[in-house]
Amino acid sequence: MGRVLAVVIWVITLASVLLFTNGKWWFPPSISEHGPAYDRQFLITIIVVGVAFAAAQIGLGFAVWRYGAGRTGTRATYSHGNNRLEIVWTVITAVIFITLGVMGQQVWAQLHFRGAPAGSAQVHVTAQQFQWNFHYPGTDGRFGRTDPTLINDSSLNFIGLDETDAASKDDSVISSLVVQVNRPVNLRLRARDVTHSFWVPQLRYKQDAVPGLDIDVHFTPNRVGRYEIACAELCGQLHYKMKSYLLVLPDNEYRTLTALPQAQFQKRVTELFAQPQYQVQEF
Amino acid sequence: MATEALHHRETVSLADDWSGGRLPYHVGHKKLGMWLFIVSDAMTFSALLIGYSYVRASAQEWPTPYAFYPSIIFSTVMTLCLLASSFTMVMAVGASARQDKKRTRLWLLATIVGGLAFLILHGIEWMHVIEEGLRPFSLPHEWAERWPKAPPLFGASFFAITGLHMFHVLTGVLYLGYIALRVRRVRHEDVEISGLYWHFVDLVWMFVFPLVYLMSVDMTK
Amino acid sequence: MAEAEEAAGAGAHAPDVTTADAAHAEAHGAAHHGGHAAPTSFIRKYIFSIDHKVIGIQYLLLALFSVLIGMIMSVLMRMNLSWPGTKWPILGTLFPGGAPNGVMSPEFYLSLVTMHGTMMVFFVLTTAPQGGFGNYFLPIQVGADDMAFPTLNMLSFWVTFVGLMVLVAAIFVSGTNYDFSVIGPTGGWTGYPTLSAIGHKLNVPGMGMGMNLWIISIAIFCIASLLGALNFITTMINMRTRGMSLMRLPLTCWSWFTTAILALLSFPVLLAAGVLLLLDRTAGTSFFVPGGLSDGTQVIDHSGGSPILWQHLFWFFGHPEVYIAILPGMGATSHILSTFARKPIFGYRAMVFAMFAIGLLGFFVWGHHMFLSGMSPYTGMAFSVLTLSIGVPSAIKTFNWLGTLWGARIRFTSPMLFAIGFVSLFVAGGITGLVLGQTSLDLSMHDTYFVLAHFHLVMGVAAIFGMFAGVYFWFPKMFGRMMNETLAKIHFWPTFIGVYAIFIPFHTMGIGGMPRRYFAFTEYAFLKSMDPLVQFATIAAIITALVQFIFFYNFFVSIFRGKKAGDNPWEATTLEWVTPSPPPHDNFGGKVPTVYRGAYEFAVPDAPEDYVLQTTPDAAEENEPVLEQGEVQVSGNGGNGHRH
Ligand code: HEA
Ligand code: HEA
Ligand code: CUA
Ligand SMILES: [Cu+2]
Repeated sequence: MGRVLAVVIWVITLASVLLFTNGKWWFPPSISEHGPAYDRQFLITIIVVGVAFAAAQIGLGFAVWRYGAGRTGTRATYSHGNNRLEIVWTVITAVIFITLGVMGQQVWAQLHFRGAPAGSAQVHVTAQQFQWNFHYPGTDGRFGRTDPTLINDSSLNFIGLDETDAASKDDSVISSLVVQVNRPVNLRLRARDVTHSFWVPQLRYKQDAVPGLDIDVHFTPNRVGRYEIACAELCGQLHYKMKSYLLVLPDNEYRTLTALPQAQFQKRVTELFAQPQYQVQEF
Repeated sequence: MATEALHHRETVSLADDWSGGRLPYHVGHKKLGMWLFIVSDAMTFSALLIGYSYVRASAQEWPTPYAFYPSIIFSTVMTLCLLASSFTMVMAVGASARQDKKRTRLWLLATIVGGLAFLILHGIEWMHVIEEGLRPFSLPHEWAERWPKAPPLFGASFFAITGLHMFHVLTGVLYLGYIALRVRRVRHEDVEISGLYWHFVDLVWMFVFPLVYLMSVDMTK
Repeated sequence: MAEAEEAAGAGAHAPDVTTADAAHAEAHGAAHHGGHAAPTSFIRKYIFSIDHKVIGIQYLLLALFSVLIGMIMSVLMRMNLSWPGTKWPILGTLFPGGAPNGVMSPEFYLSLVTMHGTMMVFFVLTTAPQGGFGNYFLPIQVGADDMAFPTLNMLSFWVTFVGLMVLVAAIFVSGTNYDFSVIGPTGGWTGYPTLSAIGHKLNVPGMGMGMNLWIISIAIFCIASLLGALNFITTMINMRTRGMSLMRLPLTCWSWFTTAILALLSFPVLLAAGVLLLLDRTAGTSFFVPGGLSDGTQVIDHSGGSPILWQHLFWFFGHPEVYIAILPGMGATSHILSTFARKPIFGYRAMVFAMFAIGLLGFFVWGHHMFLSGMSPYTGMAFSVLTLSIGVPSAIKTFNWLGTLWGARIRFTSPMLFAIGFVSLFVAGGITGLVLGQTSLDLSMHDTYFVLAHFHLVMGVAAIFGMFAGVYFWFPKMFGRMMNETLAKIHFWPTFIGVYAIFIPFHTMGIGGMPRRYFAFTEYAFLKSMDPLVQFATIAAIITALVQFIFFYNFFVSIFRGKKAGDNPWEATTLEWVTPSPPPHDNFGGKVPTVYRGAYEFAVPDAPEDYVLQTTPDAAEENEPVLEQGEVQVSGNGGNGHRH
């Protein structure tokens, strides 16, 4: 019995390790500047805890294999523990865990402790059930005033943009996020009704959009292409298909696009979506 | 008994108190239970008061409508009622410690009167603010005009916090009434325990009063 | 007498310990908590019983009912995730609103998720391990004849029961606008506002009456739990029998004690939060709802509140809650490992301190659920580092369990198998906490299946394994009959392998970015490759769930058919094993046990057997002062110092 259990534990451990190492199911390729740093930290952590996991399981299996009562009629060793051992492994784990904890702050600090670098693109994001609205300032770089009382879905004013405001003349509000490759972008996340969460796996970035808060986040996409934006916070029955696209464009494309007036902006984006280099990858 | 006491004193050391077979804190179950209840109830009130402080702190503006006279005077009187009742409660416990059942009952009744006075005054105050137009979901017109940027949470937090406290006072009054009725049959400890509860309810008010009332005093008047 | 009362008046500060005790002798001799005569009528004996043993079993049955519902729901969820849009005619007839003509609707799926989570966390893991086993065995293991407050104990159970009924009712009333379209609340077990607060105003299905009932049910549950908690704490402090010093307590008692403290401090906070949320929904207040929200045509008439406030209050409760779920499992595991290893527990003190460390730290890490909620990133960092440090006491416990097995003579009984399974699963689930605990890594992992993998392994099954171990271990004591060992083992193997098969793949799904609470994964290209894993997990789940019926069968049949169990079938050492199975109404048949040694004295050299009962006298300790006061007698009523 003991031996069977030991073997089962070991086989499960092996299977788990294989599932993690075979690489078939892993992160989608990173498209952001902080991506590699993220992946490194994740790898280090998963190795440490993986080793711990394997060590603990193998140890457990060994004890179960070795110390079954079956064969020997003799008694177990009469011991109440060993303080030196206790101290040793307490210190070791403490060191390992705290080190992990501190290392685990780097990417976070880089993204959250300092604001977006100067010259980064600005986009205001308003999440609603069940779609994303991306508000671009247009050529004047100024965002038109928005007011919840002006929100009216039937007239397609999802974010309550005040048309009368001068600054909003050249603004465009569309359903997908267009950014320039290798240029930092600063998103101001808002939610119109309930909490949503902006989530692009390839970006290694996720942030809740919370009603009543303006949350600024910034990152730098560094690979041209089209990627899916998912909603990662439960927001109602259609949470599972609150989907949009992140379109990372080369400089020239981006400039021509952002120069376009509201009317043609969305149209142009749809055209780009059709082009081969902007097809969403499966993997 | 005395000799027994002696016999004990030799053997009882602190270590032994915890070695089973006795009450480590020298308090019976009921009293210990009441202490624990008070701890958890304190957590409930803390949560409410912290919630109130949270929304108030994050608000751009918060109404400070309480004129020193009458509002604060009025609520101070309420406070005094409670304080007085705490005092009478102490007397009640003292009397019961002296096995003076009659006085115990009298002091308990005095305490109940204090509690009832508080409840009545509080009720009047509620009616007053409600007439003024305060609602859980909205502010009176004048307030809304004076503090245009203020959220409608004044009423919400006011009614929620003082309401829960009022409920505690009410149950306290009933509880004390029960003890007063059965004062000849209940043991001293039971009187003490009711005292613990009553003092706790007063203590809570000592947090509610400054946070909800004094911090909303209208300095202009 | 008078001056004695005086001293008692001064309570704990009485300088004269003696008279104080004397007073309490007086006091509690009269008290009628425990010491109640065995009831005879069926109602008082089995329904509204104040006997902790009956109440314990009632809690167990309540948990069994809830876990059955929760399990069936989880399987429905899995089937939907694997085969979305399939027709299940039964569902159609049962839930015309949720699954019109048998095809599961998104809102119905979400209500399953919500109910599954709520049922499992509150009504399974907060009832059976604590209210069930704790209730039954804490008094016996400390040598008392009942809980400190038997009537309050009965009250706790029946309040819990009402809570469960309200929750079940919620499944059937929760349409969009308070109508009866038969889907439960859809807010998730965390009930985040503003969805939970104004969902009905946004016409989100499942946010009507049922959401109110959900909140009410939780509030009721909070009250029941904190009443139970103060009962546990009082019992453990005041009612230990002679010689049962703190360091002689079984680790199970310590785990129930720590759990009770956590419950006492955390449930009131959830209670307050629940009341506020209910007010937001029904009285139009705005504690959790900010201004300027819109339903697409008009502005919603709330302003000034903060959704984050709810998250703080909820998780201040929520994180301690997850330890409430696991600590009793840890206690049972330590207890059972030592018993069947035939070896004293390794590092008893370390185990106790680790438990307290976990409990204490558990109150300062709630923010790790909120890294991405818009909370200050600096706060996040602080929470993160604290979170990782909480791994240390857990690691200590793990190492001590291994230490206990080292050099053991293991008897592979079914409880032992599940206890070993607990250790394995706890490590598997716990270590991923160290991934989620890092702010940086949570950027990608938050709200993905990686989180589900983490907490299902550690809570969804480790804690459950603790319960299985407990059931198989204590069943003979509770019902006087053994469970069928063969069936038990047939139950163990597929369950142990099955749960790993279900939840290990969840990790890689999460790494691949699969978000939780998704009705279907059909919408996203980056989720396509996950399909085989999804299918695999589902098959595993169905098999595992089916295997559970072996357990249910074994449980209920053994109550009547199982072969008779002796007083001490496992040759264990603690007090529950010195009394008949099942124990008499007052637990020890009038005589009060005296304890002479630690809880896990196995393999004591030159002792007649390889185990020594806690009650076996021992020359060395014969003349210990405590025992000299022959007249100081323990009896459940009012604890002790009770003259006879
Ligand atoms: C029984 C329940 C339980 C337990 C015990 C734990 C234990 C831990 N949990 Fe878990 N957790 C949950 C239940 C539980 N959790 C639930 C239900 C959720 C989701 C809630 C929701 O959103 O719905 C959650 C979510 C959750 C999150 C939020 C994830 C997110 O939403 O983004 C985090 C983040 O820090 C976290 C961390 C931890 C940590 C660090 C521990 C630690 O206590 C773990 C410590 C254990 C170990 C470390 C393993 C044993 C140690 C060794 C084997 C030593 C050897 C190891 C080394 C040397 C490395 N948990
Ligand atoms: C104790 C807690 C617990 C348990 C046991 C389980 C068990 C299972 N859960 Fe659970 N689950 C949660 C707690 C739990 N879950 C929580 C909190 C959530 C989050 C909800 C939310 O997002 O709001 C969740 C969410 C959740 C999801 C995510 C839904 C989504 O986000 O879209 C899924 C999907 O597969 C799932 C599946 C399963 C499966 C297949 C099991 C299988 O293990 C089922 C097989 C059952 C067992 C192996 C246990 C049987 C136990 C007994 C028979 C014990 C009886 C003994 C006594 C009572 C003494 N669960
Ligand atoms: Cu929006 Cu989920
Ligand atoms: Cu947590």
